[in-house]
Amino acid sequence: MRDPLSKNVVNIKPSGIRKFFDIVSEMKDAISLGVGEPDFDTPWHIREEGIYSLEKGRTFYTSNSGLKELKIEICNYLHRRFDLQYNYESETLVTVGGSEAIDLALRAMIDPGDEVLIPQPCYVSYHPCTILAGGVPVVIELKGENDFKLTREELISAITDKTKILFLAFPNNPTGAVMDYDDLKAIVDIIIEKDLYVISDEIYSELSYGKKHVSIASFPGMKERTIVINGFSKSYAMTGWRLGYATGPANIIEQMTKIHQFAIMCAPTTSQYAAIEALKNGDSDVEMMKDAYDKRRRFLVQSFNNMGLTCFEPYGAFYVFPSIKSLNMTSDEFATQLLMEEKVAVVPGTAFGACGEGYLRISYAYSIDNLKIAMERIERFVKKHQTS
Amino acid sequence: MREKILAAIDKNSRLSATDLAMMLGTNEEEVATILKDLEDEHIICGYPTLINWDKVKCERVTALIEVKVTPQRGLGFDKIAERIYQFDEVQSVYLMSGGFDLTVIIEGKTMREVANFVAAKLAPMDAIQSTATHFVLKKYKEHGLPLVQIKQDERMLISP
Repeated sequence: MRDPLSKNVVNIKPSGIRKFFDIVSEMKDAISLGVGEPDFDTPWHIREEGIYSLEKGRTFYTSNSGLKELKIEICNYLHRRFDLQYNYESETLVTVGGSEAIDLALRAMIDPGDEVLIPQPCYVSYHPCTILAGGVPVVIELKGENDFKLTREELISAITDKTKILFLAFPNNPTGAVMDYDDLKAIVDIIIEKDLYVISDEIYSELSYGKKHVSIASFPGMKERTIVINGFSKSYAMTGWRLGYATGPANIIEQMTKIHQFAIMCAPTTSQYAAIEALKNGDSDVEMMKDAYDKRRRFLVQSFNNMGLTCFEPYGAFYVFPSIKSLNMTSDEFATQLLMEEKVAVVPGTAFGACGEGYLRISYAYSIDNLKIAMERIERFVKKHQTS
Repeated sequence: MREKILAAIDKNSRLSATDLAMMLGTNEEEVATILKDLEDEHIICGYPTLINWDKVKCERVTALIEVKVTPQRGLGFDKIAERIYQFDEVQSVYLMSGGFDLTVIIEGKTMREVANFVAAKLAPMDAIQSTATHFVLKKYKEHGLPLVQIKQDERMLISP
């Protein structure tokens, strides 16, 4: 019999998170700080709108690119919050989560051999999706001493004449790093000069603490070369609804819509109706959740620094990324032993790229009571292993 | 900072000064001082616990009583409200707009005990014109917190 499998697919390494998930799942009564989704329920008025749409029998396909009213609300929102202006008809596509939008953007833009710059540590899908789309992933290893921001020098040294796309994902999962206006300004002219396109994954944009989120698409000359990815999962605690969107130049969105049309048809209708309500009346929910995350964020950063695991202050998302380099073990060893000895699950930094070695991703999408117990256990673990 | 502290302990009074200091990005001494001030100014009036007594095997009855009263010259409703809230059985007293004047929430061991209180203590007061007693059958939510369901974390333990 012939091998049924595609070599391209088989050669992709399974996610490092997956391996750890299997270990944790067998551990009863472990406290997990390992999730990448909010602990809040979707606000009731949003859920209620979804239920209402079902009661009304709105159980049909929508147009491929999404409900008109939703696309209008998305464009209003992006304008209101981030000063981005998009046409709802030609420059907006509603997708099944931000994940689908990432895949579509890559598939719509990559020809075989095109290089895609992926600053790591980063979300786990960029690398494999690039390969699946026929591109060549080129990893840029971001550094702790730069607070895991992409610097101008790092960008320049990674560009070749085959480079076509740069991934930017700030606020970042797993580091919590943000790139503010000045950080982005420092790389914009290179991107334009080298004629690169940017896939900007801004799914955590609402979870920016202190400074307001700046989208790279808002810089002059950048809108025409940026696909902005966003969605409802993190800002409105709607992960299970699977709803995201992409905005960008009409010619790219048109091709993305074509793939979406053949592969998916349309994003879930119920979710689209709920999302309209989220954008219309959800601003105060976002504020409430952000405020709660912010308190936990400060609590964790200080806890880690107090116990001697240096932790730069993350200004976004809901992760802290403490360094364990003062202990004599790898991220993988730390995470595994912590789970065995103290029953606390965290994700090793290496799950998000090799340069995550020496770090852990700690999620603070948990109640403060939960975090307090977990921090006590981690502190006990660290003390034990520092002296031994 | 006062408002921030109040908002933080509104739903969780067990947070210590150390916790609050870490969460709000300040130091323990400042939090302790502010808490003391808030208590002295009677802005923080107590630290009760939210208990779902329905799940405990001991009889408790809650009644909400609509009370119409005749306000007194120079004192308005305050004097009569005070005469009512001094009783230990009384959990809450609110001055209302609309069809009646005071909402009085009573807790007792039995329905008879509550009925006796209304008949013997409350209704005969001079200023009181009428009462209408409603017994609470089940409590679903109090102080912004649901009493009925136990919410479990159904998220996967690890996700990207």
